Amino acid sequence: MAARNVAMREAIRRALREEMHRDENVFVMGEEVAYWQGTHRVTRGFLEEFGERRVRDTPISEMAIGGVAVGAAMAGLRPVAEFMTINFAFLALDAIANHAGKVRYFFDGMFKAPLVYRAASGWGNQATASHSHAPEPIFAHFPGLYVGCPSNSMDAYGMLKTAIRDDNPVLFTESIALYPKPGPMPDEGEELLIPIGKGDIKREGDHVTLVAYARGVDWALQAARQLSKDGIEAEVVDLRWLRPLDMQLVYASFKKTNRCVIVEESLPMYSFGSEIAALLQENMFDYMDAPIKRVAAEDVPLPYSKTIELLALPNAQKVVDAVKEIL
Amino acid sequence: MAHEVKQTTDGLLINWLRNIGDSVAAGDIIAEVEADKATVEIEAGSDGAVLELRAEPGDEIGEGSVIAVIGAAGETIAAASDSAADQTSPEESTPAANGQSLADDGRVKASPIARRLAAEKGIDLARIQGTGPGGRIIKSDVENVRARPALPPVPTTAPAGGGQPTWGKMPEDDVEVLPLSRMRRAIADGTIRSKSNTPHFYVTVEADVEPLLALRAEINAQLAERGIKVSVNDMLIKALALTLREFPNLNTHFYGDRFVQHQRINIGIAVALPENGLLNVVCHDADSVRLSEMAVNNKAMYERARAGKIKPDDIRGATFTISNMGPYNIVDFSAIISSPEAGILAVSSSRRIPIVRDDGTLGVGTRMNMTLSVDHRVSNGAEGAAFCNALRDLIENPLRMLDLQQA
Repeated sequence: MAARNVAMREAIRRALREEMHRDENVFVMGEEVAYWQGTHRVTRGFLEEFGERRVRDTPISEMAIGGVAVGAAMAGLRPVAEFMTINFAFLALDAIANHAGKVRYFFDGMFKAPLVYRAASGWGNQATASHSHAPEPIFAHFPGLYVGCPSNSMDAYGMLKTAIRDDNPVLFTESIALYPKPGPMPDEGEELLIPIGKGDIKREGDHVTLVAYARGVDWALQAARQLSKDGIEAEVVDLRWLRPLDMQLVYASFKKTNRCVIVEESLPMYSFGSEIAALLQENMFDYMDAPIKRVAAEDVPLPYSKTIELLALPNAQKVVDAVKEIL
Repeated sequence: MAHEVKQTTDGLLINWLRNIGDSVAAGDIIAEVEADKATVEIEAGSDGAVLELRAEPGDEIGEGSVIAVIGAAGETIAAASDSAADQTSPEESTPAANGQSLADDGRVKASPIARRLAAEKGIDLARIQGTGPGGRIIKSDVENVRARPALPPVPTTAPAGGGQPTWGKMPEDDVEVLPLSRMRRAIADGTIRSKSNTPHFYVTVEADVEPLLALRAEINAQLAERGIKVSVNDMLIKALALTLREFPNLNTHFYGDRFVQHQRINIGIAVALPENGLLNVVCHDADSVRLSEMAVNNKAMYERARAGKIKPDDIRGATFTISNMGPYNIVDFSAIISSPEAGILAVSSSRRIPIVRDDGTLGVGTRMNMTLSVDHRVSNGAEGAAFCNALRDLIENPLRMLDLQQA
């Protein structure tokens, strides 16, 4: 492994570049991905390197982006379609949930949809109520669509490469706050493929299991370091994929700790936390030593005020507090 | 070789009756301990000299803790401690919950894994103090309970009290706030736990007590020269014990995931004490002990209980309980089961009442109501009824006890 850390946006860029070089059927499309070099600079330099045929700017129409990707995939290409932010992907929900996620079933496998939807996700910097969603659980609701949500550079790289190569549609979300976050990467020329549905233990501990994904993993790890000062060792499980869920990993950890706090960037109702908590009580009832706690955003439209915005959002301290409530 | 004196119940050390260096004989009373429900005398277990006293009057001491060491005069404490070490086998758990592990409805608050582990290890959760949030019993609380014998011992008293919820705001004037005695607290905990956790059902029968009273008069006439007097209660205890012999299912204790059926029949006897106290003393082997012997033993126990000088064995090992309110001129009442027992017999006063004889004519008879409370997890109404009828038949034909006694 290289010693040099790489920002997560660069890790994603590298994965995309490598896959485009590996397979000429892979192409990128989306708003401003070509001439503007990508809103989040993930496709920086792609137009020059791969040309207009494989790096395509689209109209400002998420339904078109979502739908064209399905058609291209059915016709044999492997599109990587970018939604500038996931807030706009709601417009494409029909293409994503009803078409991408179902076409293989509709046609009994005659067609498939080997596509990846990339979308920047999450809140921060006073983007307010309609531009601050982290709605990954909504998309993970639908069978037929995989949902991947990396928490760091290495995972983003390995997960995106797997997603592009898989013959099923994947929604791949990238936390805006994590784009600049540096992290280790495989050396150039060294390849990493992280299987779909495989979670990862980011930190080992015996006293409580913190289950998280994407940005929640950062808060969980920060909380774990703080708890460690009080002699509480938290195990941090990064599920990485919201569908399929690596529940066996969670169960194994829970059998050891008997306690769980679920950490997510998203809203609390009908959420990632709700699902994990429900599965734990159904399957691990006899191992529970405390109620399952959830740390999520407050159940409100996100306010504009910087101060109130921060109050409404999860953070490491809220995770610490939740752990101490059940220990 | 040095011998430890172990505390046999939870309580407050009141007095040392021997000092370090004093010689003692096995059975000598060396300390008095204020337990939940009585002052308990602690006996020396062996002859020797008091080498060490490990508690001060006023100290809270737990069941199974070593409070004194007795050994050969001049033996060093170090040697005593060494030999003491391999004798240390406290089998009991963290002593009795202080009530904080109870939910508002009296249910024991325990996590699912704590419940599973307790069931696997045969531990009664009611005896564990929870250390989790809100007093919940959690995994580590169960893990910290040391191994216990194959059969759970019968709790000697109701669990110690404490931590009961405060009901509403306390008025400030015109009231006097009184502290709970240890005994009152234990009664509060024991009854709320039983009444909340045990599904009671009740069966009432009326018995003609004239034959029993007549027989008692005859027996007491025979025993008069020995200065022994058999009480009605002694005879009822005998009848109850002999009936239990026919109904072993009711001489069973319920432990959540299994039944423990007792071979011995030890009848707990509820005794009212001064200052609103209540204590169950135990008539051991009530089915087989001679009536005259039972009468003497019971009388001595009542006196010890009322004097606050109860011995540990006096309150240990009940398998079924009787509460006799006959002297209080009442028609009927029902009693709260002393968990984990399967039932309790509530005996009311004998009364002269109009009766309908078998031939249909009216007359005057002496009748007594008895109400059996039964744990429905252990038994059903049909068995309760059969038991009550068998008991009544025995009371109404008391000479049959002579025959059953030999069984």
